[in-house]
Amino acid sequence: MRELATTAMIELSHIDRHFQVGDQLVKALDDVSLHIDRGEYISIMGPSGSGKSTLLNLLGLLDQPTAGTYFLDEVDVTSLDDGQQAHLRNKAIGFVFQMFHLVPRLTAAENVELPLVLAGVPVEERKRLIEPSLEALGIAERAHHKPDQLSGGQRQRVAIARATVMQPGVLLADEPTGNLDHKSGEDVIAILEGLVDQGITLIMVTHDMDMGRRATRQLRMMDGRLDQDLRTSNHGPS
Amino acid sequence: MALHSLDIARFSWRALSGYPARTLLMLLAMAIGVGSVVVLTALGEGARGYVTGEFASLGTNLVIVFPGRSETGGVNPGAMFNETPRDLTIDDALSLTRSARVRRVAPLNVGSVTVSRGPRSRDVVMLGSTAEMLEIRRWEVRQGNFLPTMDIDRPMPVAVIGSKIRDELFGPERALGEWLRVGDRRFRVIGIMGSEGRSIGVDVEESIIIPVAAAQQLLNTQSLFRILVEARSHEDIAYVRQFAENTIQARHQGEKDVTVVTQDAVLSTFDDILGALTLAVTGIAAVSLAVAGILIMNVMLVAVSERTAEIGLLKALGATPGQIQLLIVAEASLLSILGALIGLALGLAGAMGIRSALPDLPAFAPSWVILLVLFTALITGLLFSLLPARNAAALEPVSALARR
Repeated sequence: MRELATTAMIELSHIDRHFQVGDQLVKALDDVSLHIDRGEYISIMGPSGSGKSTLLNLLGLLDQPTAGTYFLDEVDVTSLDDGQQAHLRNKAIGFVFQMFHLVPRLTAAENVELPLVLAGVPVEERKRLIEPSLEALGIAERAHHKPDQLSGGQRQRVAIARATVMQPGVLLADEPTGNLDHKSGEDVIAILEGLVDQGITLIMVTHDMDMGRRATRQLRMMDGRLDQDLRTSNHGPS
Repeated sequence: MALHSLDIARFSWRALSGYPARTLLMLLAMAIGVGSVVVLTALGEGARGYVTGEFASLGTNLVIVFPGRSETGGVNPGAMFNETPRDLTIDDALSLTRSARVRRVAPLNVGSVTVSRGPRSRDVVMLGSTAEMLEIRRWEVRQGNFLPTMDIDRPMPVAVIGSKIRDELFGPERALGEWLRVGDRRFRVIGIMGSEGRSIGVDVEESIIIPVAAAQQLLNTQSLFRILVEARSHEDIAYVRQFAENTIQARHQGEKDVTVVTQDAVLSTFDDILGALTLAVTGIAAVSLAVAGILIMNVMLVAVSERTAEIGLLKALGATPGQIQLLIVAEASLLSILGALIGLALGLAGAMGIRSALPDLPAFAPSWVILLVLFTALITGLLFSLLPARNAAALEPVSALARR
């Protein structure tokens, strides 16, 4: 998939996201324009309240811009209705959250199965997709455990399996190591970077500078604006 | 994107079994609602069946003639001088046999007399009638014979006595063929009634039955209390009723001074009253179903707010608003259907319990009630989950996920 690396995947132009809080207008995003190519490894950093999570939610179609346009895979997603956006979230976007957000009463395998269920994938095919996915993340033997029987690192791997089982083009990660100890965090980052090597576009919000600096492109946000856009040649520990 | 129905069912089931205490309480609420509807209708239907059965035991296709006109408006001149304008007589009864559509006619006199044998005596209900009465009222003779067929105006001194009277007057001794004293006359016992002969108003076990002419002598009267006429078939009832009215009117110089009622009319009145009662009771029970429905709505609203994060997650994973609604509605429906099935089982068991405790009462819930109750439960589940489902679907994924 390397040969597609120069194709524009995400194109934000003049995006505003404003909230009305009481009689105060909060500009969570203020005139943000951003071009992201397929296969990029991006970290978004900045102090809390700088708008980095809002940007990530907006990229993931979990939030709508107040103004501006957003093209994902050459489709103007701001013009899509709820159902079409849901479809895109299912097929084209994967999410990894700080809090894992696994459904507690479902097993690891069933959690990974959820996007396939929502997409209406036939049962036999689901199996064919889930097993290698769990295998690749080293949690195949934990497939039938409930989340509360898994360690934090294992839970996040289940979440990554769930985010990637539909083979989306872009993976959005919001502080994916924020709830993990150092070792597990390192493992999770390694897994995510492995996915980048396979061609996925990874956009990761973090406030951990060391982790952020591993990305090949580092965005800094400040007061709802893109403050800095830094590119390095190759990812890896700095 | 279409969800497989099996996946929906599985997801709903997992959601319900994930909160066992809440689910059990909801099932209980629904089950009580459904169960009480089933039990109460069974009880109502049982009462109706019991009363209908009692009437049927009076004899079917029955037309009853009694003296006096029950009508309002106008002054009946006769009423100023006599209690009833003109008596019903034995001849009136005989005149009613003259139709091909009449199967049997039995005159009836009723009075209270003292029956004694040696030192023992007691007051009993005395029925004066003819041999026809046995068939008309579907009575059974346990021992000996009923009144013999004979001239209707012959006061033959024979008596058929109830089993209780037999026990009290004769004890362990033989009663058949023995004499006993009724008022100031002596009668020979020719038969003893079975204990099944129980019908509304009269307990045959505690009655004595003698020929109608003898009863009239004892009561010192020429009149009859009732004339019972049995039509040949159900279709003949209306004709026989009219025939009885016309015949008696002709015999009474054109005065309409008797009332003729059909067993059917009485029965259908009771049927209507008890049917209305059943409906009223069902309505009251249905209120508990509505309460269960509102509880389900409440629980689903709580479930939606409890599971805000989960719903947000499903949205992030690509669930459409329609899919979210479907999952919530499916969960509520599953809850109400399970509750209804449990309630149905409880209700049917309850009705069975009533039947074994009161064998006379045919307490069966009618099948339309069972269908209606299941249908209502399903509709309740659907209806009352629409609001929670809409709330869930309208959740913003971002704010939903932000809550922990």
